[in-house]
Amino acid sequence: MNANPSYSIFPLGDAALVIDFGNSINEQANQYVLHLFHTIKKQQPPFIIDLVPAYSSLAIYYDVKAVYRQKEDDKTAFEVMAEWVESFTVSEIASTEDKKRLIRVPVCYHEKFATDILYIARVNKITVEEIIELHTGATYTIFMIGFLPGFAYMGLVDERIAIPRKPQPEPVHAGAVGIAGRQTGIYPIASPGGWQVVGRTPISLFNKNREQPVLFQPGDSIKFYPITEDEFTHYKSGSA
Amino acid sequence: MSLRIIKAGVLDTIQDCGRYGHQHLGINPSGAMDHFSAQLAHALLGNDLNDPVIEMHYHAPHIQFEKETIISLAGADFSPTLNGSPIPMHHPVAVGKSAQLKFERLKNGARTYLAIKQPLQVTKWLGSFSTNIKACAGGWHGRALRKNDVLHFAKEPHLENVLKEKEFLILPWKSQEAVDWRTEISFLIGSEWHWMTEESKEAFQTQWFQLSMDVDRMGYKLSGAVLEQSEHEELVSSAVSFGTVQLLPNGQLIVLMADHQTTGGYPRVAHIISAHLPLLAQKKANDVLQFRLTSLEEAEDKMMLQQKYLQSLQMASKFRMEEYLHAV
Repeated sequence: MNANPSYSIFPLGDAALVIDFGNSINEQANQYVLHLFHTIKKQQPPFIIDLVPAYSSLAIYYDVKAVYRQKEDDKTAFEVMAEWVESFTVSEIASTEDKKRLIRVPVCYHEKFATDILYIARVNKITVEEIIELHTGATYTIFMIGFLPGFAYMGLVDERIAIPRKPQPEPVHAGAVGIAGRQTGIYPIASPGGWQVVGRTPISLFNKNREQPVLFQPGDSIKFYPITEDEFTHYKSGSA
Repeated sequence: MSLRIIKAGVLDTIQDCGRYGHQHLGINPSGAMDHFSAQLAHALLGNDLNDPVIEMHYHAPHIQFEKETIISLAGADFSPTLNGSPIPMHHPVAVGKSAQLKFERLKNGARTYLAIKQPLQVTKWLGSFSTNIKACAGGWHGRALRKNDVLHFAKEPHLENVLKEKEFLILPWKSQEAVDWRTEISFLIGSEWHWMTEESKEAFQTQWFQLSMDVDRMGYKLSGAVLEQSEHEELVSSAVSFGTVQLLPNGQLIVLMADHQTTGGYPRVAHIISAHLPLLAQKKANDVLQFRLTSLEEAEDKMMLQQKYLQSLQMASKFRMEEYLHAV
């Protein structure tokens, strides 16, 4: 890695490390994270067992046994791994930009599904139509996937539809599209959740029987488009 | 038919060493809580250390064997019996068909592991047999075992000769006492350790903490001294792992366990070393513990020692098992 951007590396216990690009929700830092994630993932080194990209950090889980088989001196596995990470470069961040997949996601914003849309309209002094227009108007980046299998954290939504999460989690349906702060996301499976629900998608984000159980990847671009209740029902019975 | 659940326990699931390589999709590793005992159970049979086990809690299930096999039990001692006769922990035991395995009383620990000599016919999902209950995937239909579930395994041809009509037979080798009941758990500092006040760092290392009633495969909430954050910075969601100790907003601690989420937003003040996660996995509500600071060198050494022990036991058991099965 070159001297710029700045980052720190620290152990996450004794079998993983974290490369941290600063504790913030920052699109630039997230691009470094995703670039490093894709670079390492492509290379598939045998001593790496898992990678966890987050907003501004990447965790690397390594197999201590495998690192010990390779190392010669009395360094710790962490030290060997930290040096290995240092050898990567994040200088070509710009080149990752054009490789992003764009996935268009249908969302039904009908009040039947959008259980919190009137609340957002009231609090933010905005109409439901404007909320839909703003939510579907932007292209979002998947900064990270976490919390549930396939739960993508995306952003950033327009400030006019940003809304704090609920004080207490409530039961949420699979496919529910929510907003929390300036983040937006979709619940892949039914779960308790605290995000304010603005709609529901008929597409299945998580299906354990698919070869790729999770539809999205960190770094994908997502664009929502509105569908009617009828289209939602047809989508459900047809291709989903 | 092979083994049948006559009566389900509180939470009996299929586990192995965990499902890695999918955490970037929010799919957590799952896996055995006490990964040492789970591997030990298979090491005693000379099996692959990552083969699936049945993880059981107390109350544990009643299991009817419908075909001969060799089993071993490792981890917590729930006073196992076969057709009413006590059998030892950490010992391979040949089991005749129609033998019934029960657990009479919780002597110590929280989780015990049943390994079977022949491969259990359970579902591998994304490279692992571990049950992911949230995703309803892996193991046995992605769920805990229930009454009348029948788990199949292949026939082992030589066992009739070994058993000679006996209900069961304890084979003549065992492992060292596997579970250590100490209360001192070693940790490494986490990246947000310095967010705590000096007093809280001191309290973390000197006070006793008690496991609350809120302890499960996802995490252990502890009760004890109220710890304080000196910096009121908020952590942006970042990776957490099995053994990560988070400081909750109310000043209490939670230790993340095998079914933890992949990312979290509470300060990561510490991490339990891998070699001591099995100790923690054998603790239950109201048990107490103390945290002791250690170094990465020591943590790695202890992890490697456990691995070497398991591998040498597995090699020795494999040899003895073959010798035993073919001598008769």
